[in-house]
Amino acid sequence: MFKRVLIANRGEIAARIIRTCKALGIHTIGVYSEADADAPHVKIADEAHLIGSPRVAESYLNIDKLLQVAEVSKSEAIHPGYGLLSENAEFARRCEEAGLIFIGPTPEVISKMGSKIESRKAMEEAGVPVVPGITYPLADADEAVEAADRIGYPVMLKASAGGGGIGMQVVHNGEEILKAFAGNQKRATDFFGDGAMYIEKYVENPRHIEIQILADGFGNTVYLWERECSIQRRHQKVVEEAPSPFITEVTRKKMGEAAVKAAASIGYKNAGTIEFLVDDQQNFYFLEMNTRLQVEHPVTEEITGLDLVEQQLKIAAGEALTFSQAEVKRDGHAIEVRIYAEDPKTYFPSPGTITKLALPNGLGVRHELAIHGQSVVTPFYDPMIAKLVVKGSDRDEAIERLQGALADYQIEGIKTNIPMLQEVISHPAFRSGDTTTNFVAKYLTPLKKANNLK
Amino acid sequence: MSEVVASMAGSVWKILVQPGDQVEEGQDVVILESMKMEIPIAAEFNGTVKEIKVNEGDFVNEGDVIVEVE
Repeated sequence: MFKRVLIANRGEIAARIIRTCKALGIHTIGVYSEADADAPHVKIADEAHLIGSPRVAESYLNIDKLLQVAEVSKSEAIHPGYGLLSENAEFARRCEEAGLIFIGPTPEVISKMGSKIESRKAMEEAGVPVVPGITYPLADADEAVEAADRIGYPVMLKASAGGGGIGMQVVHNGEEILKAFAGNQKRATDFFGDGAMYIEKYVENPRHIEIQILADGFGNTVYLWERECSIQRRHQKVVEEAPSPFITEVTRKKMGEAAVKAAASIGYKNAGTIEFLVDDQQNFYFLEMNTRLQVEHPVTEEITGLDLVEQQLKIAAGEALTFSQAEVKRDGHAIEVRIYAEDPKTYFPSPGTITKLALPNGLGVRHELAIHGQSVVTPFYDPMIAKLVVKGSDRDEAIERLQGALADYQIEGIKTNIPMLQEVISHPAFRSGDTTTNFVAKYLTPLKKANNLK
Repeated sequence: MSEVVASMAGSVWKILVQPGDQVEEGQDVVILESMKMEIPIAAEFNGTVKEIKVNEGDFVNEGDVIVEVE
């Protein structure tokens, strides 16, 4: 096992990775921007290095600086966490070149799965179901119309390099494509530096269900069941649970096996997640692969009893998985809610200073956070400030415990989405397991006009 | 004269108007970037843009004046 690991991330995920490293006796090297000098992840790291000014481009995305710190601190490996450089093939390659172990798959695999068009192609070849659509970049809007006529409306117009809902739009006819194409392409170019667009059939009222896999360097790949992540706002997840209340045992097994096949077909190594869209008939389609640890990995840990960060470290250090598929446990039900610094109605961010923080305790409650009662929540980073994870013997018990925990969660000084989370988990539709990606639009109080926000 | 102020801390991502432009109540004049989101800032009254107090890339705090309209 490694003796010294650099954690190239911030916030709750940096803190969470540091915790497991310490449990394994690994010396942890943290990094921070000027805006994060007082952040908890800096305090708990065995050593911490300033890497630049607040903006991510000048600190957490600065590959040269991170590699410099890795050298000075004699790090053997780098854990990228999620977001930031975690799915940056160039960073993985530069780590390799510097003689460091990047805790994740190879740069080639990251790059292939980072392109929605390339990954669709790879999955089609591997025999994994994909949403009907095209596997080449569209030349222009006219070609998009032609392809859409073939596939049948409605279709989803998507940016190959996209993420977080950017460069993505549902269109119902040729006229709408002509209107939507240029704008989405421009946004994709602005945000991702790649304007390649493609289309796929729009799956109506889908569920978003993903399979966690682990693959070692010895050809062993296992799936750690699914996570149901359908409750989203602005195309970002807010509530995640395992197991899914929707899929049957038969579907669960089929999806797990498809995910293993997908991972094995590309020579995947480390922890990864295959995201699927699932329709109301339990048909599932490959959506994308995330080649890193997911935000919502704790719900899988809660039902399997595994520590996914520990598994990642062991795989990266060259160890083999010590259990088979048949030995993967599944016990109880876990739900995670993401706590965002944002207005619970408009979802606009709410940076500011926390003036009070009192966390609920109780049976089955787990916190992942890197804030304290005087933390400054700056405008430079993602608004997710904490995760609350609750486990119960079954879904009803988990929901009841979560309701209790959210009611006792006290955070003052900034706005948070806690009222929205309470509305979701108390809603009869959520209680009955009617969790589709349209949940927020369908069941929650309509949004106020953004401009009214003060 | 009236002022358009930043509704939250963030960076100025795009300036959508120039001095001399006519603006209407509710029209977006600047887009801020905060917490990885675009935050449109709208004028609250009709008028003519007199002065733009910020440049793209500047950091602003909540309440900072970004555009003057008369």
